[in-house]
This record gives sequence, structure tokens and C-alpha cells, in this order.
Amino acid sequence: MTFDPSERDAEILETKDTDFVTAFEGDTPAGTRTPSALRHRVKNLIPAGISFLVVMALWEGAIRVFDVEAFILPAPSLIIERFIATSDVVWGAGWNTFLEAAGGLIGGTMLGVGVAFATIRWAPVREGLMPVAVAANSVPIIALAPIANGMFSITSPVPKMAVVGVVVFFPVMINTTRGLLEVDADELELMRSYAATPREVMRRVRVPHALPYFFSAMKVVAVLSIVFAIVAEYFGGSQDVLGQYILNKASLFVFPDAWAGILVASILGVVLYAAVLLAERLVMPWHVSFRAVDAS
Amino acid sequence: MISVTGVLLSAVALWEIYKFVWTSLGWIKPIRPDDVVMPHTWDMVLELFQPVRRGGSLLILDLSTRSFWTLREALVGFVIGALVGFGLGVLFVRSSMAERAFMPYVVASQTVPILAIAPMVVVWGGRLSIPHWMSVSIIAAYLTFFPVAINTLRGLRSPDPNALELMRSYAAKPSDVLWKLQVPSALPYIFTALKVSATASIVGALIGELPAGFQSGLGRALLTFSQQFAVRSAKLYATVIICAMVGILFVAVVTLIEHRVIKETRELEGQA
Amino acid sequence: MSSLIVDARGVGKIFGSGEARVEALKGIDLSVDSGEFISLIGPSGCGKSTLLRLIADLATPTSGSLSVNAKTPHEARVDQDYGIVFQKATLLDWRTVTKNVELPLEIMDLDDTSTAGEMLDLVQLGEFADHYPWQLSGGMQQRVAIARALVFKPSLLLMDEPFGALDEMTRELMQQEVLRIWRETGTTIIFVTHSIPEAVFLSSRVVVMSRRPGRIAGVIETDLSYPRDEDTRESPAYYTKVTEVREALRRLEH
Repeated sequence: MTFDPSERDAEILETKDTDFVTAFEGDTPAGTRTPSALRHRVKNLIPAGISFLVVMALWEGAIRVFDVEAFILPAPSLIIERFIATSDVVWGAGWNTFLEAAGGLIGGTMLGVGVAFATIRWAPVREGLMPVAVAANSVPIIALAPIANGMFSITSPVPKMAVVGVVVFFPVMINTTRGLLEVDADELELMRSYAATPREVMRRVRVPHALPYFFSAMKVVAVLSIVFAIVAEYFGGSQDVLGQYILNKASLFVFPDAWAGILVASILGVVLYAAVLLAERLVMPWHVSFRAVDAS
Repeated sequence: MISVTGVLLSAVALWEIYKFVWTSLGWIKPIRPDDVVMPHTWDMVLELFQPVRRGGSLLILDLSTRSFWTLREALVGFVIGALVGFGLGVLFVRSSMAERAFMPYVVASQTVPILAIAPMVVVWGGRLSIPHWMSVSIIAAYLTFFPVAINTLRGLRSPDPNALELMRSYAAKPSDVLWKLQVPSALPYIFTALKVSATASIVGALIGELPAGFQSGLGRALLTFSQQFAVRSAKLYATVIICAMVGILFVAVVTLIEHRVIKETRELEGQA
Repeated sequence: MSSLIVDARGVGKIFGSGEARVEALKGIDLSVDSGEFISLIGPSGCGKSTLLRLIADLATPTSGSLSVNAKTPHEARVDQDYGIVFQKATLLDWRTVTKNVELPLEIMDLDDTSTAGEMLDLVQLGEFADHYPWQLSGGMQQRVAIARALVFKPSLLLMDEPFGALDEMTRELMQQEVLRIWRETGTTIIFVTHSIPEAVFLSSRVVVMSRRPGRIAGVIETDLSYPRDEDTRESPAYYTKVTEVREALRRLEH
């Protein structure tokens, strides 16, 4: 097969913007991943589960045998014990942190998707935002946390949501834009041959194309939202949140309680991640990652 | 460069326009436009040339010292993490047994949200008599090694199967295959990971510096100056600007090295 | 209504300007009658795909006049007078086979989607209606693309090297299929290819094009009788025509 550039319409090639996509090259879109099946994953979970139990048993055993002090590394049983004993306090703090993370996640995602659509409509917006997006990848965004505390009421969840929102915004915006832009030239020509309106092209081609990119960003930022909510809490504000809880317990050298807090943080991260997976499965059942399951 | 300047100028303009319009109309939502919450952009810059406290050194000098401290912690961790990550990548590509044995633990290591518990790690390290800066470097290394290991492995596996067969037809030694084919193909992947890790290691350093008793770095400056926000907010803004510049500087240096290294590899290939 | 489906007079196409100026087509005169099967053949870079894209209004001529169904190409496109098949099947991953075939109907706001099933039967893929594109072979995907192009019953079918990515065996089967569909539907077909046997086997007229700028170097009537089948491929008349086209192409090299 030969490809002759003169046989291609320049106008269509222009819509494939390749420079912009390098802005967020740290993440791989789900579309390029090797197909893996849900059932396969479930099967993989069994040895993983066994090895998890083995590691826990070894950890527990080692701590008992070598009589390791709890401040160095508490035994899993002790962490679970404290997790249960302090569940009211630790889940209360966890719930507040979860609200900050979820608020920032929703706000940042909506803004990111909105701006991504705007960049498709108006190319100047894209050109203006590109250097910002590149810079944002190298700026420690968390430094904005104390400023957010100053701008909004420090004791409210709003400044934390703002920080999480900024952290979430860039990957979502960049990946969604990339997905909306990386449409096959043939598909655009096909739609043109049907005399489809730009809205039709958006709805039937660009949006379905962008979904895998969007979800691969969402999987990353879902976990990041909890992490950055906690980190933002270290810069002051309400005491009844996970970050402060973990830091206070650690400062008092009550490490088993601190670890119980970490356990809650991990559970919250998994919950948000699972929510994204579920949404992905519902929204795009046709996708490559689920294929082997559908075929069987 | 023009676009960067343009974006910077528009950000400044937006800030000042917001401040002006909201002040004139007496609006206070969503952000109060007064000189405490939103100081003038030029005041942020001028603040750099004011003494930190009465009779103290200039803010810019103080922040420079702190930047060097933070950069050093981040750099030490970054280098260690990158070396460990690269080593693991090479080990895994050479031995599938090593990959099967250790890969699950490499992946599992990332389920601990190290960034979220960075201050605890530092307190914990203090209890184990590990110097503060070293704990911070360990956090930076922990954040760096994973993306580098994963991308190194992916990059080492990226050459075309035909290219590997070609090397085989030359009866090339495994080390030749590694250094002449796999590593050069992996470089773009590795540098992608390094750029992500560079920022992560700075963030890790900033957060690791937060616990009390740790006076030297930028992270502590953010915390201290945030407590003086109501009095002199420009100081905090100036510090945030410096933090951003440190992050950009670190990534820029990595990018510069990337261009040098990849150019050199290309030239070597050209001679061969 | 005129029986002239495509009427091109002095059509030219220039891409770019200055240093980057490329004259892709020059002085193209071509008339295609209703019910014809026309192949455009030529070396790569002769502008045969460009000509097809001008007819499809995916690009605009820079000189000359071009009409499709006695309208401008733009009007013809908006009126859905043609269906198009590319080298890649270009099926949308997230739609089943039926949904892919129904796509043009949805866009044209036609509520009656019964023709989709009809077209799938026509390309003999009825039982794969609920499959996703990735579950089909390359040849089957291309058949879905043909069904999609015909689902709104256009009077003209444009095919741009549709079988270029298929293996030889599948390719010959698909050629038979297209001929059958052509006879059953009476659709006019313009077919771009760089395979000489394919052009001769399929078409009633082969249009040979020359390179840079693309011009029509000759038109060869392939007056082999229809229906054509495997025996046609082995007949002396077929060989004569293949040779004739090959020589016409070879003359271009001098």
C-alpha cells in the first residue's frame, strides 16, 4: 500500500494535532493497553489474595518472633484491633476527607471535560492552554494548598476541594482533549460523506473516541484525589480529617492508630477507583479491555 | 517561549482584572479581592526583595538557600530511585523468573500512598534515628523508582521482534543486545518516567519537610508563611512562585539531559 | 433526470501553493452513465483517489466543472446521492454490526431502519448482526462497510481501493460479491484500484490515469459478458484485456 500525501485533504490532516498530545505522556490511554479480561483478572486475584494472606502472616509472625516494637512496625493484628477500637473517630475523619476528595474530583472533572470541549471548538483556547498544561505537569501543585486556605474559609472543606480540583483538572482536560482530537481521518471523511453536522460528529465519533482516554485519566485521578486531599490537610484547617489524624497519632508515636488511619485512606482510594471502574464498564461495554469476557 | 510569556502575562492580567472588577463592584465571591487574599502581582515580586523578618536577610536569599536544600533532598532520592528503577527494569527483562517473583511486590509497593503519609514517614524515621533529610530522600526515591522501573521494562521490550532476531542472527552477546538495541529504544520511555518522577520527588520533598522541627526547606517555608497569611500574604505567594520555579527547573534540567542523551545515541548510531 | 451520473469537464486539482504546490489532477474529462461499473487505475500518485474524493465532495476542484447526478458535488453529498467505502472498513468500534450499518440512517433522521437487515442479508452477514467489528475478519468488516454504504440506497457507490488490505483469496471472493451486488441493486459504481486484474474483472470500463499531474491516459472498454465468474478469469478474452490495460499503463512510463 502506498500513501501519497497529495491524495489527502490538508484540511482533514489539520484536525489531527499531534504536538499537543505529548503534554501528558506519563499516562497511557486504555485503548493502547493489551487486552485483558475481567475473568482473567478475577482468576489473577486468587493467587494475589493468597500471597497477600501469606505476607500478612509473615509480617505478623516476624513481629512476634523478633518482638519488634510497635513504633517500628505494628503487627497487622494490632492495626486491625485499633482500626476497630477507634472506628468512630477514624471513619468520621475519613468521611470528611472523602467529601473533600469527592468534591474536588467532581469539580475538577467537570471543569476538565468542559475545557476539553472548548478546546475542540476554539483552537486558540487549545494553543493558549497547551503551555499551561505542560508547565502544570512540572509544578508542585500542592504548594497552592496554603494559598487556598487563605482564599477560602480554612476550616471548611472548600480549600481542600480546590486543591484536589486543580490536581484533577489537568490530567482529565489533557486526556479528554487528546481523545476528542485523535479521531481517525477516515471516520471524519465518512461523517462528511453523510453531510453530518459538527454536533453529530462530536456525539457519534469524537465522544466515543474520547471515553477510553477520559477513563484512563479518571482511574489515575480517583486515587490522587484522596492522596491530595490528605496532603492538603497537612497545611492546616479542620482537625477532624484523616491527614491531621495520621500526623497527630504519628507525632505522639501512636503508630498503630496512625496505620489504622492509613488503612481507611487506602479503603477510600479503592472505593473511588472501583466507582470509576464500574462507571467505565457501564458507559463503554464495547471496549477492548472487556472483550475476552464478552467473547467467551 | 513567546507563548509561555503570553500565558504568564495573561495570568497576571486576569488576576489584576478580577481584583479590579470585583473591588469596584464590591463583590466578595468566590474569592475576596482585598490586598490580603489577592495581593497585587507586583507586590508578590517586590516581596522577594524585602527582609524575611526585621533585620533578617532578604526573602529571595532565604528562599534560595531553602530551594537548594529541597532540591538536594529531591535529587538524592531521585537519583537513587532512578538507578533502582532502571536496575529492576533490566533485571526483569533479563530474567522472567525475577519478574514473576518480584513484580507483584513492586506493584504492591504502590498501594501504600507514600505521599499522603510522608510526614508520618519522616516522624517514624526520626524515631529510628534516620536524619530528616534522608527520610525525605527515601520518600523521593520511593516515588521515583516505580514509574522508572515500569517504563524501563516497557522500553526494553519495545524493539521490534525482527530487530531482536537480527541481533540473534549476528550471534550478539546479551549485553550487546541490551546496550546497542534495548537501552537506546528504551530511552524515550525512561525519560518520560523521569520527567513525571522529577515533579513527584519535589512534591515528596515539600510534604516530607512539613513536620515540626524541620526548619530548612521550602515545604516548611510554605507552612510558616501560611501562618502569617493575614499579615503579609505576599510572602506566601512569593514562596509559591519559587516552588513552581524549582519544579520547572528540575524538569527542565531532566529534559535538557534527555535531549543531549538521545541526540548522542542518535549520533552514535549514525556513525555505526 | 439525466442518465449521466458523473460529468467532469476539464477538472483540475492543485494542492498547496508556491514551493509546496502539487498539481494532482489536470484536465479530467469523464462521463459516467447510470448503471456503469467504472474502475480508475494508475500508478500511485496519479490522483485517482483525489478524483474520487472530488466526486464525493471530500475535496473541491480548483478548476473545471463537475456534476454528480446533475447537481454540484456538494448538493449531491447533502442529498446523500452516493455511498462510499474506504480501504479501511472504518467501522465504529463501539457499535455492533447492525448499529454500524444504521449509522447513516440515524444521521439522516430516517426512522425506518429495516433496510439495515436487508443490506446485511445482501452482503451475507445476517447472522453477525449483533457482533462487534473486532469479532469479524477483515473481509467481513469490509462487507459491513459496503452494507453501510448501500443502506440508504444511493444511486452511486464510490469505492477507494476497498480490497487493498485483503489477502488475494478473500479479494477474489469480494470481487464476486461486489459484482453480484452491482447486478442486484443496479447501483453505479466507481472503483479505485491499482490491481489490473481486479479492474478488468469488475468493470465495464477501465479508466487509465497517468502520473503528475494526473490525467486520463485512456479508457478501455472491457466488453466481457456478464455474469462474470471464475471461468471469466481464465478466458482468453480476459487475458487480452489485462494485457491491453497493462500496456496502456506501461506506455505511461515512457
